[in-house]
Amino acid sequence: MIFLTRKAEFSAAHFYWNDDLSPEENERVFGKCANRNGHGHNYTIEVTVSGEIDPVTGFVVDLKLLKDILEREVVGVYDHRHLNHEIPDFKTAIPTTENIAIAAWKRLEGKIPGAKLYKIRIYETLDLFADFYGPPPVDESQEICGLGNYMAGEDSAG
Amino acid sequence: MNVFLNRRYHFSASHRLHADSLSAEENSRTFGKCNNPFGHGHNYIVTVRFSGAVDPATGMVANLADLDQFAKQRLLSRYHLVNLNTLPEFESVVPTTENLAIEVHRIFSHFPHAFLESVNIEETPNNSFIYVTPSIFRSSDPPQVPFSAPQTKGSAT
Repeated sequence: MIFLTRKAEFSAAHFYWNDDLSPEENERVFGKCANRNGHGHNYTIEVTVSGEIDPVTGFVVDLKLLKDILEREVVGVYDHRHLNHEIPDFKTAIPTTENIAIAAWKRLEGKIPGAKLYKIRIYETLDLFADFYGPPPVDESQEICGLGNYMAGEDSAG
Repeated sequence: MNVFLNRRYHFSASHRLHADSLSAEENSRTFGKCNNPFGHGHNYIVTVRFSGAVDPATGMVANLADLDQFAKQRLLSRYHLVNLNTLPEFESVVPTTENLAIEVHRIFSHFPHAFLESVNIEETPNNSFIYVTPSIFRSSDPPQVPFSAPQTKGSAT
């Protein structure tokens, strides 16, 4: 097995706010990030997939294809958008770096032919990044949840 | 369901690699330019890596303001713009970046809001060292073998 990582960039605005908290609590927990006018970042996303090398092409996955999928599923959706106001992923979940990593995973899982999604890394700045390796394995004796509600805050806020 | 939170901090410090137990010739041979009695310095970059569940109320593994405050009080105020050899933790331990990583790990292991996975320190863009939290400290991941003395002990002597 080999791991392949593709990087892409997008720029977006966000703010941190939880409607369940009072304005004072939001200010205390989120500080400057609670400013509801928002602020922005140049994000970098790194998608790591694992798989076997195709003996014919020498690829785990066609890089052009991976780039196109990343563009279609994530970058094209998030780039130059306000994450809180325009992206349904963050209708109830706060668009922290952690939750963006989980949301990007949900968007990409099952979309990359021939390879398995291994890791999503989101850089908010060079000095801050979050890694998500997917939800814990589903117990097959339980109901299959597929791309279910595993993003934190999704079922609790709003 | 865990997410890994990684945060970088920067500090600049000087040091001299020297072991009192070695002769002058042995120190010179072992540490080379780093044994210069006047010391020299680096711009260090520390990456601390934590894991934890994402808090549904905040969307966070840990509040960065808390982590930054912790880093400022415990790491940067101690190590930024100092001579590492003058600190008590390096009185009898050579301030190599290996040993520095262990000390920085000791500091961040007390951060109460997330589990410290590892500490990575870049001494230069070409040199970096990682100290990973020993498995004995993972309640969810019990060690496979009985715990003995840390293997990292004395790594730079």
